[in-house]
Amino acid sequence: MTAHISIREVSKTYPPAKRGGSAVEAVRSVSVDVAKGEILGVVGYSGAGKSTLVRLINALEPVSSGYIEIDGVDITSLKSRQQREMRRGIGMIFQRFNLLRSRTVAGNVSYALEVAGTPKAQRAARVKELLDFVGLGDKADNHPEQLSGGQQQRVGIARALAAEPGILLADEATSALDPETTDEVLSLLQRVNRELGITIVLITHEMEVIAKIADRVVVMERGGIVEAGETYDVFTNPQSPVTKRFVATVVRALPSGDDLARLREAHGGRFFTIEFSDDSASEARVFRALNREGAEFQLIHGGIDDIRGRIYGRLLIAVHGDDDAIARAFAAVAKTIRITEVE
Amino acid sequence: MDGLEKLIDLMPQFLSDTGKTFYIVGLSMIFGGIGGLIIGTTLYVTRSGGVLANRAVQAIAGFVVNFFRPIPFLIFIAVAQPLARAIVGTGIGDEAAIVAISVAASFGIGRIVEQNLVSVDPGVIEAARAMGAGPWRIIRTVILPEAFGPLILGYTFATIAVIDMSAVAGFIGSGGLGNFAIVYGYRQYNDWATWAAVLIIVIIVSIVQALGNAWSRKVMRR
Ligand SMILES: Nc1ncnc2c1ncn2[C@@H]1O[C@H](COP(=O)(O)OP(=O)(O)OP(=O)(O)O)[C@@H](O)[C@H]1O
Ligand SMILES: [Mg+2]
Repeated sequence: MTAHISIREVSKTYPPAKRGGSAVEAVRSVSVDVAKGEILGVVGYSGAGKSTLVRLINALEPVSSGYIEIDGVDITSLKSRQQREMRRGIGMIFQRFNLLRSRTVAGNVSYALEVAGTPKAQRAARVKELLDFVGLGDKADNHPEQLSGGQQQRVGIARALAAEPGILLADEATSALDPETTDEVLSLLQRVNRELGITIVLITHEMEVIAKIADRVVVMERGGIVEAGETYDVFTNPQSPVTKRFVATVVRALPSGDDLARLREAHGGRFFTIEFSDDSASEARVFRALNREGAEFQLIHGGIDDIRGRIYGRLLIAVHGDDDAIARAFAAVAKTIRITEVE
Repeated sequence: MDGLEKLIDLMPQFLSDTGKTFYIVGLSMIFGGIGGLIIGTTLYVTRSGGVLANRAVQAIAGFVVNFFRPIPFLIFIAVAQPLARAIVGTGIGDEAAIVAISVAASFGIGRIVEQNLVSVDPGVIEAARAMGAGPWRIIRTVILPEAFGPLILGYTFATIAVIDMSAVAGFIGSGGLGNFAIVYGYRQYNDWATWAAVLIIVIIVSIVQALGNAWSRKVMRR
Protein backbone atom coordinates (compact mmCIF):
# COMPACT_ATOMS: atom_id res chain seq x y z
CA MET A 1 0.00 0.00 0.00
CA THR A 2 1.34 3.39 -0.90
CA ALA A 3 1.19 6.23 1.59
CA HIS A 4 -1.22 9.10 1.16
CA ILE A 5 1.60 11.63 1.35
CA SER A 6 5.08 10.36 0.73
CA ILE A 7 7.95 12.74 1.36
CA ARG A 8 11.24 11.42 0.03
CA GLU A 9 14.68 12.87 0.74
CA VAL A 10 13.29 16.36 0.46
CA SER A 11 15.54 19.36 0.98
CA LYS A 12 14.85 23.05 0.71
CA THR A 13 17.59 25.63 0.56
CA TYR A 14 16.83 29.33 0.48
CA PRO A 15 19.38 31.45 -1.35
CA PRO A 16 21.31 33.95 0.78
CA ALA A 17 19.24 36.99 1.69
CA LYS A 18 22.05 39.34 0.75
CA ARG A 19 25.10 38.92 -1.40
CA GLY A 20 27.90 37.25 0.52
CA GLY A 21 25.43 35.84 3.06
CA SER A 22 25.03 32.13 3.48
CA ALA A 23 22.21 30.02 2.09
CA VAL A 24 19.68 28.66 4.59
CA GLU A 25 19.05 24.93 4.55
CA ALA A 26 15.54 25.12 5.96
CA VAL A 27 14.73 21.45 5.33
CA ARG A 28 17.41 18.77 5.05
CA SER A 29 16.72 15.46 3.38
CA VAL A 30 13.47 14.74 5.12
CA SER A 31 11.63 11.49 4.46
CA VAL A 32 8.30 10.75 6.03
CA ASP A 33 5.07 9.00 5.06
CA VAL A 34 1.62 10.07 6.09
CA ALA A 35 -1.10 7.45 5.99
CA LYS A 36 -4.61 8.21 4.82
CA GLY A 37 -6.82 9.43 7.65
CA GLU A 38 -4.10 9.91 10.22
CA ILE A 39 -3.09 13.00 12.15
CA LEU A 40 0.63 13.55 11.89
CA GLY A 41 2.10 16.03 14.33
CA VAL A 42 5.29 17.88 13.45
CA VAL A 43 6.98 19.47 16.40
CA GLY A 44 10.15 21.52 16.66
CA TYR A 45 11.53 24.76 17.98
CA SER A 46 11.33 28.02 16.06
CA GLY A 47 13.35 27.87 12.88
CA ALA A 48 13.41 24.07 12.77
CA GLY A 49 11.88 24.12 9.30
CA LYS A 50 8.33 23.04 10.12
CA SER A 51 6.55 25.75 8.13
CA THR A 52 8.88 25.25 5.22
CA LEU A 53 8.18 21.52 5.20
CA VAL A 54 4.43 22.01 5.22
CA ARG A 55 4.64 24.61 2.44
CA LEU A 56 6.49 22.10 0.31
CA ILE A 57 3.60 19.66 0.64
CA ASN A 58 1.20 21.96 -1.20
CA ALA A 59 3.98 23.31 -3.40
CA LEU A 60 3.72 26.88 -2.12
CA GLU A 61 7.49 26.59 -2.32
CA PRO A 62 9.35 24.38 -4.79
CA VAL A 63 11.62 21.70 -3.30
CA SER A 64 15.37 22.02 -3.87
CA SER A 65 15.78 18.26 -4.12
CA GLY A 66 13.86 15.08 -3.43
CA TYR A 67 10.22 14.57 -4.24
CA ILE A 68 6.78 14.45 -2.66
CA GLU A 69 4.01 12.15 -3.79
CA ILE A 70 0.38 12.61 -2.97
CA ASP A 71 -1.71 9.57 -3.82
CA GLY A 72 1.15 8.40 -5.98
CA VAL A 73 1.44 11.64 -7.97
CA ASP A 74 4.74 13.48 -7.79
CA ILE A 75 3.64 17.01 -7.02
CA THR A 76 7.10 18.54 -7.34
CA SER A 77 7.08 18.13 -11.10
CA LEU A 78 3.64 19.63 -11.77
CA LYS A 79 3.16 22.68 -13.97
CA SER A 80 1.86 25.74 -12.16
CA ARG A 81 -1.63 25.19 -13.50
CA GLN A 82 -1.72 21.60 -12.28
CA GLN A 83 -0.24 22.73 -8.98
CA ARG A 84 -3.16 25.08 -8.46
CA GLU A 85 -5.53 22.24 -9.26
CA MET A 86 -3.71 20.03 -6.74
CA ARG A 87 -3.88 22.69 -4.01
CA ARG A 88 -7.65 22.67 -4.21
CA GLY A 89 -7.47 19.18 -2.77
CA ILE A 90 -5.39 20.37 0.19
CA GLY A 91 -6.83 22.72 2.79
CA MET A 92 -4.56 24.92 4.86
CA ILE A 93 -5.03 26.85 8.09
CA PHE A 94 -2.68 29.36 9.65
CA GLN A 95 -1.50 30.72 12.96
CA ARG A 96 -2.86 34.18 12.21
CA PHE A 97 -5.97 32.83 10.46
CA ASN A 98 -5.36 34.92 7.32
CA LEU A 99 -8.98 35.75 6.65
CA LEU A 100 -9.94 38.34 4.06
CA ARG A 101 -10.83 41.53 5.89
CA SER A 102 -12.69 42.76 2.85
CA ARG A 103 -15.27 39.98 3.14
CA THR A 104 -17.73 38.70 5.70
CA VAL A 105 -17.39 35.30 7.35
CA ALA A 106 -19.66 33.80 4.70
CA GLY A 107 -17.73 35.67 2.01
CA ASN A 108 -14.48 34.16 3.21
CA VAL A 109 -15.81 30.62 3.00
CA SER A 110 -17.45 31.39 -0.31
CA TYR A 111 -14.12 32.62 -1.65
CA ALA A 112 -12.65 29.13 -1.44
CA LEU A 113 -15.65 27.84 -3.39
CA GLU A 114 -15.20 30.51 -6.06
CA VAL A 115 -11.57 29.50 -6.45
CA ALA A 116 -12.56 25.85 -6.62
CA GLY A 117 -15.04 26.66 -9.39
CA THR A 118 -18.23 25.77 -7.50
CA PRO A 119 -21.20 27.18 -9.43
CA LYS A 120 -22.66 30.27 -7.85
CA ALA A 121 -26.05 28.66 -7.30
CA GLN A 122 -24.57 26.00 -5.03
CA ARG A 123 -22.28 28.22 -2.98
CA ALA A 124 -24.71 29.69 -0.46
CA ALA A 125 -25.99 26.30 0.66
CA ARG A 126 -22.49 24.88 0.95
CA VAL A 127 -21.30 27.93 2.92
CA LYS A 128 -24.14 27.46 5.36
CA GLU A 129 -23.39 23.78 5.72
CA LEU A 130 -19.71 24.51 6.43
CA LEU A 131 -20.43 27.28 8.92
CA ASP A 132 -22.87 25.02 10.72
CA PHE A 133 -20.24 22.29 10.85
CA VAL A 134 -17.80 24.61 12.63
CA GLY A 135 -20.55 26.01 14.83
CA LEU A 136 -20.65 29.52 13.38
CA GLY A 137 -23.95 29.46 11.53
CA ASP A 138 -25.03 32.65 13.28
CA LYS A 139 -21.90 34.60 12.37
CA ALA A 140 -22.23 34.43 8.59
CA ASP A 141 -22.70 38.17 8.12
CA ASN A 142 -20.08 39.29 10.62
CA HIS A 143 -16.70 40.57 9.58
CA PRO A 144 -13.59 38.70 10.74
CA GLU A 145 -12.46 41.39 13.19
CA GLN A 146 -15.75 41.04 15.05
CA LEU A 147 -14.87 37.45 15.94
CA SER A 148 -12.65 36.04 18.67
CA GLY A 149 -9.45 34.27 17.71
CA GLY A 150 -11.00 30.85 18.16
CA GLN A 151 -13.98 31.81 16.02
CA GLN A 152 -11.69 33.20 13.33
CA GLN A 153 -9.76 29.97 13.28
CA ARG A 154 -13.02 28.05 12.90
CA VAL A 155 -13.83 30.22 9.88
CA GLY A 156 -10.35 29.34 8.62
CA ILE A 157 -11.19 25.66 9.04
CA ALA A 158 -14.55 26.04 7.29
CA ARG A 159 -12.78 27.78 4.44
CA ALA A 160 -10.10 25.10 4.26
CA LEU A 161 -12.78 22.39 4.08
CA ALA A 162 -14.83 24.15 1.42
CA ALA A 163 -13.39 22.36 -1.57
CA GLU A 164 -13.67 18.96 0.15
CA PRO A 165 -9.95 18.36 0.49
CA GLY A 166 -8.41 15.01 1.39
CA ILE A 167 -5.63 16.68 3.34
CA LEU A 168 -5.55 19.53 5.84
CA LEU A 169 -2.31 21.33 6.65
CA ALA A 170 -2.34 23.21 9.93
CA ASP A 171 0.59 25.53 10.56
CA GLU A 172 0.58 26.53 14.24
CA ALA A 173 -3.20 26.68 14.06
CA THR A 174 -3.61 27.05 17.81
CA SER A 175 -0.48 29.00 18.71
CA ALA A 176 -2.28 32.33 18.86
CA LEU A 177 -5.07 30.96 21.06
CA ASP A 178 -5.52 30.59 24.81
CA PRO A 179 -5.57 27.04 26.26
CA GLU A 180 -9.34 26.74 26.38
CA THR A 181 -9.84 27.96 22.82
CA THR A 182 -6.97 25.71 21.74
CA ASP A 183 -8.94 22.74 23.08
CA GLU A 184 -12.03 23.79 21.15
CA VAL A 185 -10.11 24.10 17.91
CA LEU A 186 -8.32 20.81 18.50
CA SER A 187 -11.61 19.00 19.09
CA LEU A 188 -12.90 20.49 15.87
CA LEU A 189 -9.82 19.24 14.04
CA GLN A 190 -10.39 15.84 15.55
CA ARG A 191 -13.95 15.88 14.21
CA VAL A 192 -12.64 16.91 10.81
CA ASN A 193 -10.34 13.93 10.94
CA ARG A 194 -12.86 11.39 12.24
CA GLU A 195 -16.09 12.46 10.58
CA LEU A 196 -14.70 13.55 7.25
CA GLY A 197 -11.72 11.19 7.14
CA ILE A 198 -9.36 14.02 6.31
CA THR A 199 -5.63 13.43 6.76
CA ILE A 200 -4.11 16.17 8.90
CA VAL A 201 -0.53 17.37 9.06
CA LEU A 202 -0.33 19.51 12.13
CA ILE A 203 2.62 21.71 12.94
CA THR A 204 3.18 23.01 16.42
CA HIS A 205 5.75 23.88 19.00
CA GLU A 206 3.37 22.89 21.78
CA MET A 207 3.70 19.31 22.90
CA GLU A 208 0.25 19.40 24.56
CA VAL A 209 -1.26 19.76 21.10
CA ILE A 210 0.55 16.66 19.94
CA ALA A 211 -0.49 14.78 23.09
CA LYS A 212 -4.12 15.63 22.44
CA ILE A 213 -4.63 14.73 18.83
CA ALA A 214 -1.62 13.44 16.91
CA ASP A 215 -1.55 9.76 16.01
CA ARG A 216 2.10 9.99 15.12
CA VAL A 217 4.70 12.62 15.72
CA VAL A 218 7.80 13.77 13.92
CA VAL A 219 10.36 15.88 15.78
CA MET A 220 12.37 18.35 13.72
CA GLU A 221 15.58 20.12 14.52
CA ARG A 222 17.68 22.27 12.21
CA GLY A 223 15.75 21.15 9.14
CA GLY A 224 16.02 17.45 9.77
CA ILE A 225 13.88 14.82 11.45
CA VAL A 226 15.49 13.68 14.69
CA GLU A 227 12.76 11.36 15.87
CA ALA A 228 9.51 9.88 14.62
CA GLY A 229 7.02 7.42 15.96
CA GLU A 230 3.62 6.73 17.47
CA THR A 231 2.74 9.60 19.75
CA TYR A 232 2.39 7.38 22.79
CA ASP A 233 5.76 5.72 22.21
CA VAL A 234 7.54 9.00 21.69
CA PHE A 235 6.07 10.41 24.88
CA THR A 236 6.82 7.38 27.01
CA ASN A 237 10.20 6.63 25.57
CA PRO A 238 11.80 9.72 23.98
CA GLN A 239 15.25 9.18 22.54
CA SER A 240 16.86 12.42 21.37
CA PRO A 241 17.64 15.37 23.65
CA VAL A 242 15.21 17.67 21.80
CA THR A 243 12.41 15.16 22.08
CA LYS A 244 13.13 14.73 25.78
CA ARG A 245 12.88 18.47 26.27
CA PHE A 246 9.59 18.60 24.41
CA VAL A 247 8.19 15.63 26.29
CA ALA A 248 9.22 17.20 29.60
CA THR A 249 6.83 20.09 28.88
CA VAL A 250 3.94 17.66 29.23
CA VAL A 251 5.23 14.75 31.27
CA ARG A 252 6.89 16.22 34.34
CA ALA A 253 10.57 15.40 34.33
CA LEU A 254 11.80 13.32 37.25
CA PRO A 255 14.04 15.06 39.72
CA SER A 256 17.72 14.69 39.02
CA GLY A 257 21.07 16.02 40.19
CA ASP A 258 20.94 18.17 43.31
CA ASP A 259 17.17 17.85 43.64
CA LEU A 260 17.40 14.10 43.60
CA ALA A 261 20.26 14.11 46.12
CA ARG A 262 18.27 16.33 48.46
CA LEU A 263 15.22 14.07 48.19
CA ARG A 264 17.31 10.99 48.93
CA GLU A 265 18.66 12.62 52.03
CA ALA A 266 15.21 13.63 53.18
CA HIS A 267 13.51 10.30 52.55
CA GLY A 268 16.19 7.65 52.69
CA GLY A 269 15.54 4.17 51.33
CA ARG A 270 15.79 3.00 47.72
CA PHE A 271 14.31 5.08 44.91
CA PHE A 272 12.29 3.56 42.11
CA THR A 273 10.34 4.92 39.17
CA ILE A 274 7.09 3.23 38.33
CA GLU A 275 5.73 3.63 34.81
CA PHE A 276 2.36 2.37 33.81
CA SER A 277 -0.04 2.76 30.95
CA ASP A 278 -3.70 2.07 30.50
CA ASP A 279 -3.07 -1.61 29.76
CA SER A 280 -2.05 -2.13 33.36
CA ALA A 281 -4.50 -1.79 36.20
CA SER A 282 -2.94 1.04 38.09
CA GLU A 283 -0.28 2.17 40.45
CA ALA A 284 -2.49 0.82 43.23
CA ARG A 285 -1.34 -2.70 42.38
CA VAL A 286 2.24 -1.75 43.07
CA PHE A 287 1.31 -0.17 46.37
CA ARG A 288 -0.72 -3.22 47.36
CA ALA A 289 2.15 -5.57 46.48
CA LEU A 290 4.58 -3.54 48.57
CA ASN A 291 2.14 -3.55 51.48
CA ARG A 292 1.69 -7.28 51.22
CA GLU A 293 5.43 -7.82 51.46
CA GLY A 294 5.66 -5.47 54.42
CA ALA A 295 7.74 -2.82 52.64
CA GLU A 296 7.11 0.83 53.42
CA PHE A 297 7.05 3.43 50.68
CA GLN A 298 6.57 7.14 50.16
CA LEU A 299 5.33 8.79 47.02
CA ILE A 300 7.85 11.47 46.16
CA HIS A 301 7.02 12.81 42.77
CA GLY A 302 5.01 12.09 39.70
CA GLY A 303 1.86 12.43 37.75
CA ILE A 304 -0.50 10.84 35.35
CA ASP A 305 -0.95 12.14 31.82
CA ASP A 306 -3.43 11.62 29.10
CA ILE A 307 -1.64 11.03 25.83
CA ARG A 308 -3.83 10.55 22.81
CA GLY A 309 -6.56 9.26 25.13
CA ARG A 310 -4.25 6.73 26.77
CA ILE A 311 -2.97 6.95 30.30
CA TYR A 312 0.68 7.34 31.05
CA GLY A 313 1.78 7.53 34.65
CA ARG A 314 5.21 7.89 36.09
CA LEU A 315 5.90 8.00 39.78
CA LEU A 316 8.99 8.24 41.90
CA ILE A 317 8.81 6.36 45.20
CA ALA A 318 11.17 5.83 48.08
CA VAL A 319 10.95 2.29 49.47
CA HIS A 320 12.15 1.15 52.88
CA GLY A 321 12.38 -2.51 53.65
CA ASP A 322 14.02 -5.80 53.11
CA ASP A 323 15.58 -6.12 49.61
CA ASP A 324 14.05 -9.56 49.09
CA ALA A 325 10.61 -8.33 50.03
CA ILE A 326 10.91 -5.44 47.59
CA ALA A 327 12.07 -7.77 44.84
CA ARG A 328 9.13 -10.10 45.50
CA ALA A 329 6.64 -7.27 45.46
CA PHE A 330 7.89 -5.90 42.17
CA ALA A 331 8.14 -9.31 40.55
CA ALA A 332 4.44 -9.76 41.16
CA VAL A 333 3.52 -6.73 39.03
CA ALA A 334 6.45 -6.63 36.61
CA LYS A 335 4.42 -7.94 33.67
CA THR A 336 2.44 -4.79 33.14
CA ILE A 337 4.28 -2.14 35.09
CA ARG A 338 7.79 -1.02 34.40
CA ILE A 339 9.83 -0.45 37.52
CA THR A 340 13.34 0.91 37.42
CA GLU A 341 15.63 1.68 40.29
CA VAL A 342 16.97 5.21 40.23
CA GLU A 343 20.73 5.17 40.67
CA MET B 1 -16.12 99.86 -11.79
CA ASP B 2 -14.85 98.00 -8.79
CA GLY B 3 -13.65 94.37 -8.62
CA LEU B 4 -16.80 92.95 -7.12
CA GLU B 5 -19.06 94.31 -9.84
CA LYS B 6 -16.63 93.06 -12.44
CA LEU B 7 -16.69 89.62 -10.82
CA ILE B 8 -20.48 89.63 -10.99
CA ASP B 9 -20.25 90.43 -14.68
CA LEU B 10 -17.79 87.56 -15.04
CA MET B 11 -20.14 85.07 -13.40
CA PRO B 12 -21.00 83.16 -16.60
CA GLN B 13 -17.28 82.80 -17.33
CA PHE B 14 -16.60 81.81 -13.73
CA LEU B 15 -19.24 79.11 -13.82
CA SER B 16 -18.06 77.76 -17.14
CA ASP B 17 -14.47 77.66 -15.84
CA THR B 18 -15.62 75.84 -12.73
CA GLY B 19 -17.29 73.32 -14.99
CA LYS B 20 -14.12 73.04 -17.03
CA THR B 21 -12.10 72.29 -13.91
CA PHE B 22 -14.48 69.43 -13.19
CA TYR B 23 -14.12 68.24 -16.77
CA ILE B 24 -10.32 68.33 -16.75
CA VAL B 25 -9.95 66.88 -13.28
CA GLY B 26 -12.58 64.22 -13.94
CA LEU B 27 -11.08 62.93 -17.18
CA SER B 28 -7.53 63.19 -15.86
CA MET B 29 -8.47 61.19 -12.80
CA ILE B 30 -10.09 58.51 -14.96
CA PHE B 31 -7.06 58.13 -17.22
CA GLY B 32 -4.44 58.86 -14.57
CA GLY B 33 -6.30 56.74 -12.05
CA ILE B 34 -6.37 53.72 -14.33
CA GLY B 35 -2.78 54.32 -15.43
CA GLY B 36 -1.67 54.69 -11.83
CA LEU B 37 -3.51 51.55 -10.79
CA ILE B 38 -1.76 49.57 -13.51
CA ILE B 39 1.66 51.06 -12.75
CA GLY B 40 1.30 50.70 -8.98
CA THR B 41 0.00 47.13 -9.19
CA THR B 42 2.82 46.24 -11.57
CA LEU B 43 5.40 47.71 -9.20
CA TYR B 44 3.90 45.73 -6.33
CA VAL B 45 3.29 42.30 -7.85
CA THR B 46 6.64 42.13 -9.63
CA ARG B 47 8.61 42.67 -6.41
CA SER B 48 10.62 39.66 -5.30
CA GLY B 49 8.21 37.39 -3.46
CA GLY B 50 5.27 39.00 -5.26
CA VAL B 51 2.61 36.94 -7.04
CA LEU B 52 4.13 37.84 -10.41
CA ALA B 53 7.71 38.39 -9.27
CA ASN B 54 9.76 39.58 -12.24
CA ARG B 55 13.01 41.40 -11.71
CA ALA B 56 13.26 42.86 -15.22
CA VAL B 57 9.74 44.31 -15.29
CA GLN B 58 10.18 45.61 -11.75
CA ALA B 59 13.44 47.36 -12.67
CA ILE B 60 12.06 48.93 -15.84
CA ALA B 61 8.83 50.11 -14.25
CA GLY B 62 10.70 51.47 -11.27
CA PHE B 63 13.13 53.33 -13.49
CA VAL B 64 10.43 54.93 -15.65
CA VAL B 65 8.48 56.10 -12.59
CA ASN B 66 11.56 57.43 -10.86
CA PHE B 67 12.60 59.24 -14.02
CA PHE B 68 9.36 61.12 -14.68
CA ARG B 69 7.91 61.60 -11.26
CA PRO B 70 10.35 64.20 -9.88
CA ILE B 71 9.88 66.51 -12.91
CA PRO B 72 8.06 69.64 -11.70
CA PHE B 73 4.62 69.69 -13.30
CA LEU B 74 5.14 73.05 -15.00
CA ILE B 75 8.12 71.58 -16.84
CA PHE B 76 6.38 68.26 -17.35
CA ILE B 77 3.68 70.05 -19.34
CA ALA B 78 6.34 71.03 -21.85
CA VAL B 79 7.84 67.54 -21.84
CA ALA B 80 4.40 66.05 -22.53
CA GLN B 81 3.52 68.43 -25.36
CA PRO B 82 4.74 66.15 -28.17
CA LEU B 83 2.69 63.34 -26.62
CA ALA B 84 -0.37 65.58 -26.42
CA ARG B 85 0.06 66.51 -30.07
CA ALA B 86 0.26 62.85 -31.00
CA ILE B 87 -2.83 61.92 -29.01
CA VAL B 88 -5.20 64.90 -29.25
CA GLY B 89 -3.62 66.75 -32.17
CA THR B 90 -2.64 69.88 -30.25
CA GLY B 91 -0.15 70.87 -27.61
CA ILE B 92 -2.32 73.52 -25.97
CA GLY B 93 -5.81 73.79 -24.54
CA ASP B 94 -7.99 71.63 -22.32
CA GLU B 95 -7.35 68.30 -24.04
CA ALA B 96 -3.57 68.78 -24.07
CA ALA B 97 -3.78 69.57 -20.37
CA ILE B 98 -5.72 66.37 -19.77
CA VAL B 99 -3.00 64.36 -21.53
CA ALA B 100 -0.22 65.98 -19.49
CA ILE B 101 -2.08 65.69 -16.20
CA SER B 102 -3.11 62.08 -16.86
CA VAL B 103 0.44 61.00 -17.55
CA ALA B 104 1.93 62.91 -14.63
CA ALA B 105 -0.82 61.64 -12.34
CA SER B 106 -0.25 58.04 -13.49
CA PHE B 107 3.29 58.10 -12.13
CA GLY B 108 2.33 59.80 -8.89
CA ILE B 109 -0.69 57.57 -8.35
CA GLY B 110 1.43 54.54 -9.27
CA ARG B 111 3.64 55.10 -6.26
CA ILE B 112 0.66 55.79 -4.01
CA VAL B 113 -1.03 52.58 -5.15
CA GLU B 114 2.17 50.60 -4.63
CA GLN B 115 2.46 51.90 -1.08
CA ASN B 116 -1.16 51.05 -0.34
CA LEU B 117 -0.75 47.52 -1.68
CA VAL B 118 2.32 46.89 0.44
CA SER B 119 0.04 47.16 3.45
CA VAL B 120 -1.91 44.05 2.39
CA ASP B 121 -1.22 41.17 4.78
CA PRO B 122 1.00 38.67 2.92
CA GLY B 123 -0.67 35.90 4.92
CA VAL B 124 -3.95 36.52 3.12
CA ILE B 125 -2.22 36.21 -0.23
CA GLU B 126 -0.60 33.01 0.95
CA ALA B 127 -4.01 31.68 1.99
CA ALA B 128 -5.40 32.41 -1.47
CA ARG B 129 -2.42 30.70 -3.10
CA ALA B 130 -2.97 27.70 -0.84
CA MET B 131 -6.58 27.51 -2.05
CA GLY B 132 -5.33 27.26 -5.61
CA ALA B 133 -5.95 30.83 -6.76
CA GLY B 134 -3.75 32.06 -9.62
CA PRO B 135 -1.88 35.38 -9.66
CA TRP B 136 -4.43 37.32 -11.71
CA ARG B 137 -7.28 36.17 -9.55
CA ILE B 138 -5.32 37.09 -6.45
CA ILE B 139 -4.71 40.60 -7.76
CA ARG B 140 -8.37 41.04 -8.62
CA THR B 141 -10.01 39.37 -5.64
CA VAL B 142 -7.50 39.67 -2.82
CA ILE B 143 -4.88 42.37 -3.24
CA LEU B 144 -7.05 45.19 -4.61
CA PRO B 145 -10.13 44.56 -2.42
CA GLU B 146 -8.00 44.18 0.71
CA ALA B 147 -6.30 47.50 0.00
CA PHE B 148 -9.52 49.26 -0.99
CA GLY B 149 -9.79 51.48 2.09
CA PRO B 150 -6.25 52.87 1.89
CA LEU B 151 -6.62 53.15 -1.90
CA ILE B 152 -9.62 55.46 -1.47
CA LEU B 153 -7.51 57.72 0.71
CA GLY B 154 -4.67 57.55 -1.81
CA TYR B 155 -6.99 58.50 -4.66
CA THR B 156 -8.47 61.30 -2.59
CA PHE B 157 -5.00 62.68 -2.12
CA ALA B 158 -4.31 62.24 -5.84
CA THR B 159 -7.53 64.02 -6.81
CA ILE B 160 -6.48 67.05 -4.82
CA ALA B 161 -3.04 66.99 -6.44
CA VAL B 162 -4.75 66.82 -9.84
CA ILE B 163 -6.95 69.83 -9.01
CA ASP B 164 -3.70 71.62 -8.26
CA MET B 165 -2.20 70.49 -11.58
CA SER B 166 -5.30 71.60 -13.48
CA ALA B 167 -4.81 75.11 -12.12
CA VAL B 168 -1.16 75.11 -13.24
CA ALA B 169 -2.28 73.90 -16.67
CA GLY B 170 -3.82 77.32 -17.17
CA PHE B 171 -0.38 78.21 -18.47
CA ILE B 172 -0.83 76.16 -21.61
CA GLY B 173 -4.14 77.82 -22.19
CA SER B 174 -6.39 75.21 -20.75
CA GLY B 175 -9.51 76.61 -19.16
CA GLY B 176 -10.62 76.09 -15.64
CA LEU B 177 -10.35 77.96 -12.37
CA GLY B 178 -6.58 78.31 -12.59
CA ASN B 179 -6.90 80.05 -15.91
CA PHE B 180 -9.72 82.23 -14.57
CA ALA B 181 -7.55 83.35 -11.66
CA ILE B 182 -4.66 84.15 -13.97
CA VAL B 183 -6.58 85.93 -16.70
CA TYR B 184 -9.19 87.85 -14.70
CA GLY B 185 -7.53 88.10 -11.31
CA TYR B 186 -3.78 88.26 -11.66
CA ARG B 187 -3.49 90.05 -15.01
CA GLN B 188 -6.31 92.53 -14.34
CA TYR B 189 -5.38 93.19 -10.71
CA ASN B 190 -8.79 91.98 -9.57
CA ASP B 191 -8.38 90.34 -6.14
CA TRP B 192 -12.09 89.54 -6.10
CA ALA B 193 -11.69 87.27 -9.10
CA THR B 194 -8.57 85.61 -7.67
CA TRP B 195 -10.18 84.97 -4.32
CA ALA B 196 -13.38 83.70 -5.89
CA ALA B 197 -11.32 81.08 -7.73
CA VAL B 198 -9.38 80.26 -4.56
CA LEU B 199 -12.57 79.93 -2.55
CA ILE B 200 -14.26 77.56 -4.96
CA ILE B 201 -11.09 75.43 -5.18
CA VAL B 202 -10.91 75.24 -1.39
CA ILE B 203 -14.55 74.21 -1.28
CA ILE B 204 -14.06 71.51 -3.92
CA VAL B 205 -10.95 70.19 -2.19
CA SER B 206 -12.72 70.09 1.17
CA ILE B 207 -15.67 68.23 -0.25
CA VAL B 208 -13.43 65.72 -2.03
CA GLN B 209 -11.43 65.14 1.15
CA ALA B 210 -14.55 64.74 3.28
CA LEU B 211 -16.10 62.28 0.84
CA GLY B 212 -12.86 60.31 0.59
CA ASN B 213 -12.49 60.14 4.36
CA ALA B 214 -16.08 59.07 4.88
CA TRP B 215 -15.98 56.43 2.17
CA SER B 216 -12.68 54.93 3.31
CA ARG B 217 -13.90 54.86 6.89
CA LYS B 218 -16.98 52.99 5.78
CA VAL B 219 -14.94 50.48 3.79
CA MET B 220 -12.42 49.95 6.58
CA ARG B 221 -15.22 49.79 9.16
CA ARG B 222 -13.63 52.13 11.66
N1 LIG C 1 11.29 32.62 2.35
C1 LIG C 1 12.43 32.39 3.05
N2 LIG C 1 13.60 32.88 2.63
C2 LIG C 1 14.74 32.65 3.31
N3 LIG C 1 14.82 31.91 4.42
C3 LIG C 1 13.68 31.38 4.91
C4 LIG C 1 12.43 31.59 4.25
N4 LIG C 1 11.46 30.95 4.94
C5 LIG C 1 12.08 30.38 5.99
N5 LIG C 1 13.40 30.62 5.97
C6 LIG C 1 14.41 30.13 6.95
O1 LIG C 1 14.29 28.73 7.02
C7 LIG C 1 14.42 28.28 8.36
C8 LIG C 1 13.20 27.49 8.76
O2 LIG C 1 12.08 28.35 8.81
P1 LIG C 1 10.61 27.85 9.11
O3 LIG C 1 9.73 29.02 8.99
O4 LIG C 1 10.32 26.67 8.27
O5 LIG C 1 10.74 27.40 10.62
P2 LIG C 1 9.59 26.96 11.62
O6 LIG C 1 10.01 25.66 12.18
O7 LIG C 1 8.27 27.03 10.97
O8 LIG C 1 9.71 28.07 12.75
P3 LIG C 1 8.56 28.82 13.58
O9 LIG C 1 8.20 27.89 14.71
O10 LIG C 1 9.25 30.03 14.07
O11 LIG C 1 7.42 29.10 12.67
C9 LIG C 1 14.64 29.53 9.20
O12 LIG C 1 16.02 29.66 9.42
C10 LIG C 1 14.13 30.64 8.34
O13 LIG C 1 14.82 31.82 8.60
MG1 LIG D 1 6.55 28.27 11.26
